[in-house]
Amino acid sequence: MDNILKLKYDVDGDDFTRAGEASASVKKTLKKMGVPADIIRKAAIALYEGEINMVIHADGGEIEVDISSNKIIMILKDKGKGIENIELAMQEGYSTAPDEVRSLGFGAGMGLPNMKKYSDEMRIESTLNIGTTVYMTVCIS
Amino acid sequence: MNLSDVKNIIDCQVIFGEDRLDREIHTACGSDMMSDVLAFVKDQSILLTGLVNPQVIRTADMMDMVCIVFVRGKQPDEAMIQLAQERDIVLMSTSHRMFTACGLLWENGLRGGN
Ligand SMILES: Nc1ncnc2c1ncn2[C@@H]1O[C@H](COP(=O)(O)OP(=O)(O)OP(=O)(O)O)[C@@H](O)[C@H]1O
Ligand SMILES: [Mg+2]
Repeated sequence: MDNILKLKYDVDGDDFTRAGEASASVKKTLKKMGVPADIIRKAAIALYEGEINMVIHADGGEIEVDISSNKIIMILKDKGKGIENIELAMQEGYSTAPDEVRSLGFGAGMGLPNMKKYSDEMRIESTLNIGTTVYMTVCIS
Repeated sequence: MNLSDVKNIIDCQVIFGEDRLDREIHTACGSDMMSDVLAFVKDQSILLTGLVNPQVIRTADMMDMVCIVFVRGKQPDEAMIQLAQERDIVLMSTSHRMFTACGLLWENGLRGGN
């Protein structure tokens, strides 16, 4: 059986300055495990975008990362307002972020498309006013 | 070129990493939108930005960048400097504006990557 390393993080929805800590920690762990740099970068960017989304759109949530020898599975779960139209949200440039978020350097509507681009597999489950779960897989090798 | 060249070309004040200026860089990226920086990953090793908040450091870290240059004389706060230290990212500040800073670096051979 394949050895799986499970990492879990609580993402604080009130602290924008700390958004990205979970991603940085995962990145560090992957580096220590000797995963190739380009794979680490793909996973780190995809996770970071998802983590930022949890903070700016959903009041925080939980991240679980399962690392095995051939893939990295990342699950981001929040109890935020949900995404009404996932297909629309996936389009480059679509964003409901307020100006305040834009002045922080985010809100270009590039996050979800980036996550799709950098992961090998991505799936979103979302229910309005219940929350959103994003599943991403990045293959190693 | 290396970071020391960048420092000289755009007259930077080094905020963190004075002893790391021998790092070679090949390409640069200039933006205030971190979402855009994250979207166009192409091994840029240096980020020029007018945005000052911790997510700038985190974004650069995710992209494996080795240096951030703040334009228009902007200065990061203590928390950001500490974050950069932890992640081993050189911080510099130039009084040039974004367009001029990028132009000067371009003129001296630095490119944006493809
Ligand atoms: N976890 C989430 N909960 C609720 N809505 C979300 C969530 N993630 C994304 N969305 C919605 O989907 C839209 C598009 O997300 P995306 O990440 O692509 O862009 P953005 O976050 O607005 O800007 P950027 O990612 O470029 O900073 C968001 O503006 C928001 O309306
Ligand atoms: Mg986003």
